[in-house]
Amino acid sequence: MSESISKETVVKVSRLARLSLTPEQAEKMTSQLAGMLEHFRDIDALDLSDVEPMTQPYPLKNVMREDVEAESLDRQEVLDQAPAAESGRFRVPPTIGFDV
Amino acid sequence: MHKLVEIVAGITSGSTTATAVVEEHLARIKAREGEIHAFNLVTAEQARKDAAKIDEDVKAGKVVGALAGVPIALKDNMCTRGVETTCSSKILQGWKPPYDATVVTKLRNAGAVIVGKTNLDEFAMGSSTENSAFGPTKNPLDISRVPGGSSGGSAAAVSAGFVAASLGSDTGGSIRQPAALCGVVGVKPTYGTVSRYGLVAFASSLDQVGPFTSDVRDAATLLEVISGHDPMDSTSIPQPAASLVSVLDQGVKGMRIGRVTDLPEGCEPDVLERLEAAFDAMRNAGATIVDVKLPSLQYCLTAYYLIAPAEASSNLARYDGVRYGNRVDSADLNAMYAATRESGFGEEVKRRIMLGTYALSAGYFDAYYGKALKVRRLISDDFARAYQDVDVILTPTSPSTAFKFGSKTDNPLAMYLCDVFTIPTNLAGHPAMSVPFGVGSDSMPIGIQVLATTMGEQTMFKVAAELERAS
Amino acid sequence: MSDNTTLPNGWQLVVGLEVHVELATKTKMFSASTNRFGDEPNTNIDPVTLGLPGALPVLNKHAVELAMRIGLALNCKVQPCTFHRKNYFYPDLPKAYQITQYDHPLNVDGFLMLPGDVRIGIERAHLEEDTGKSTHFGGSSGRIHGSDYSLLDYNRAGVPLVEIVSRPDIRTSEQARQYVAELRAILLAVGASDAKMEEGSMRCDVNVSVHKAGTPFGTRCEIKNVNSIRSVGRAIDYEARRQVDLIESGGTVRQETRHWDDATGRTETLRTKEDADDYRYFLEPDLVPLVPEQSWIDQVRAELPVLPARRRNALAELCGVDKDGESAFVVVERGQDEYVVEVINCGGDPRRSVIYVQQAFAEQGPKPKVPARDLAALTILERDAKVTSTQAKTLLTDLIEAGGGDVVAMAAKRGFEALDTGALEAMVDAAIAAEPGAWQKYCAGEEKALGALVGAIMKSSKGKADGKAVTAILQSKRKK
Repeated sequence: MSESISKETVVKVSRLARLSLTPEQAEKMTSQLAGMLEHFRDIDALDLSDVEPMTQPYPLKNVMREDVEAESLDRQEVLDQAPAAESGRFRVPPTIGFDV
Repeated sequence: MHKLVEIVAGITSGSTTATAVVEEHLARIKAREGEIHAFNLVTAEQARKDAAKIDEDVKAGKVVGALAGVPIALKDNMCTRGVETTCSSKILQGWKPPYDATVVTKLRNAGAVIVGKTNLDEFAMGSSTENSAFGPTKNPLDISRVPGGSSGGSAAAVSAGFVAASLGSDTGGSIRQPAALCGVVGVKPTYGTVSRYGLVAFASSLDQVGPFTSDVRDAATLLEVISGHDPMDSTSIPQPAASLVSVLDQGVKGMRIGRVTDLPEGCEPDVLERLEAAFDAMRNAGATIVDVKLPSLQYCLTAYYLIAPAEASSNLARYDGVRYGNRVDSADLNAMYAATRESGFGEEVKRRIMLGTYALSAGYFDAYYGKALKVRRLISDDFARAYQDVDVILTPTSPSTAFKFGSKTDNPLAMYLCDVFTIPTNLAGHPAMSVPFGVGSDSMPIGIQVLATTMGEQTMFKVAAELERAS
Repeated sequence: MSDNTTLPNGWQLVVGLEVHVELATKTKMFSASTNRFGDEPNTNIDPVTLGLPGALPVLNKHAVELAMRIGLALNCKVQPCTFHRKNYFYPDLPKAYQITQYDHPLNVDGFLMLPGDVRIGIERAHLEEDTGKSTHFGGSSGRIHGSDYSLLDYNRAGVPLVEIVSRPDIRTSEQARQYVAELRAILLAVGASDAKMEEGSMRCDVNVSVHKAGTPFGTRCEIKNVNSIRSVGRAIDYEARRQVDLIESGGTVRQETRHWDDATGRTETLRTKEDADDYRYFLEPDLVPLVPEQSWIDQVRAELPVLPARRRNALAELCGVDKDGESAFVVVERGQDEYVVEVINCGGDPRRSVIYVQQAFAEQGPKPKVPARDLAALTILERDAKVTSTQAKTLLTDLIEAGGGDVVAMAAKRGFEALDTGALEAMVDAAIAAEPGAWQKYCAGEEKALGALVGAIMKSSKGKADGKAVTAILQSKRKK
């Protein structure tokens, strides 16, 4: 398993998660995550090479619905809950930098 | 009158009215909610209207539902149309969903009177409600102690007599642990039994809705109402709700009850004593106690604290300040995202988002998330082997009775250890419930957990009912 | 133009295409919200579409069936599959993850044939959901860069998509255009999509790299925003030249995503590999595996229509036209090949039948109003030189306007009868005599002067003369 988590990794992960951490927060987060990951090393001792990952507790398959329309939500009711809306649409600030 | 079944009987027979019942409960809320803080929101006016409607229907001789007039509270992570649903998070504060969760619809259809939305650890992440953005809930039995969590508000509301029953959600023990700490019954059904549609997701492959009640019969009654296939939830098991009330008096004679010989350490002696007393009670009632080994149990915490945060990091990414909830304005989109999420989420939620994002990220996936999924399989296989020899397993619900506020908040891992007995069930997708079984030396209640295999609710309820009779 | 011969110094082009197609379902991929283009913003929304807390996806069976049609039409293997979450933040992605297929897609390992028996491998054709639509306001460009704010419409969010990924088997921009055109024809034929590139229901991302024969493939760039078949060719040609020029001037190609600007005819950097997101793919826990039963696959296969390539071959053989030519392609694309067969069965001249339909029936759809026997009669009139080709065209217009009718009577009504060669020659001589200036200029090689002569003859024949025949006579007289 991997070495202990670095502060650089913590900062990179926080960007991925769109959480801005101050340097102090990043420091604290690094030590807390490192502590947890240390604890999680207990599973390193297990030989898991022949074990199938388990992703669903109950084995269902082929759950589908027919292609039948239902009524839309009321646009106004939905936009009333939005932080910002305009002309029947949700409004967001611009993207600075090429990140499309 | 506290018990759900008595309330329904009283209202349908005309010996009381839904209005009288709801007023009685609202009065209790008024008297003690100030110190307990079980609720994020009490919808008294709507509750009165709903109760009046039930009374009209009864008067008119109409057929009323199985929960007619029963005051019920909902954990504040279940969507209620037009009624604020916050998950005890600042990021969702003020959000009024445009739709009802399936369980809410089922409750309404059964005539339940929804009294309010209960407090929780933010996004159901925690074991004490201390992670609520709106302040903790107090344990009604001793307000210096936590009610457990994350469904602490729902447990406290039943324990304090604010409602006859409530719904919680259980991802790693969030129904059973607070039930144990507040001295009420709490059930985590088989994954797929109760629809998750409209339950705000924490960890999708682990979350399950279930009831809190003051006794086992009420729990069976309520679970019958909320169970059953929902086409809106792809993981919903396509089978009708199991009949539970009908099995409660069948006893445990001839049943094989599992005792886990390699139970993780760290349990308080009082709790272990009550567990032994529970085995004695089962033996006295005609069951056989059989030793079982669950060698992978010790790895549950690791598997859980990788899988649940990983799923949560994805489930909570939608809180981005664009479509609903709160936004911190910024000149640029990415700055808005970061500022919104930074100020909207509490410490524990951020910690788990970070942990989960890390566990899923390139270069770490196989070492953490991938491995955790394999450990999950080992645990499931352990249980499968054990259930060849036994019908149910009994363990403590929580390693300790309700602890004092602040005693675990500085150490996330110590808090995580509260879930050591409840987590395995969620990983396996099995049902489990907590039944009050005496008190510890601190006079605080102790819960015994009954575990059964997938769709084993009937067996589980037979044992729970027997435990209750013996307590 | 557009094949690798235009790349200098032995450079060769390697292209792979990722084509996104919106499926022609009534509802979205994972919810009962309406799937319809062009509605008022945010009027086809539901909790799933908006990614509201607590909403859960349920797979649309018809979307699966349409995806299977695509896979089977592309000779893919249809297999058990799963859905993953692709996690990234963008306002048009309501849940901050897209549900897509990752390591186990529905359709794998197919191929598509291009003219000249060129086989393009299909790596996979998988199901996923579309995003909403951002519109950028303020600033100067209307592009995202430099805008003041953006508005979001989620009507398109959750619309079912199939992403069809080709292998890097395409070697010329012409092949790339043919690939997109053929794919579009197949999608229309199987009814999986309306495949309108201008409305975005079919979108192409183009992967371009260059290398020299016998060496490994070069670093590839992905080009986005290629919104027409013509742009596919232009973008590839531009990008290939850019890469070759870059390498030859000592630079190296960076792996990056580039944006095609149709107005300037250039590609430009959108983002580089270094700042690419880490998508943290993991199995979607809210969905269960899709394991199509063999009986279902067989049924979908059995219900597939005859595909365009086979129909074109059959039509071309019947009519004596090129199977890879324009008329076979267009007529089959419009679904009018059965009609042409009907015309021929009524005795129509095969070649003229297909060409008449190609040229004049663009607005008619698969079942033209003109009865097959009437069109057949017209082709015979022309074949037998009872009318000239110019007159036949006029009659064809009349026939379409009237929705059918007796073409012989129509010809008579217009006073059409073909003039024999002798009469024509006399008219030509008369025209030369009447327009000596024009004739002199024409003889001196001034081709424009031909118009005046032909015009005079058409006038004197009252339009009965066949323009082509008149020109031929004038040309032969000039040679003398």
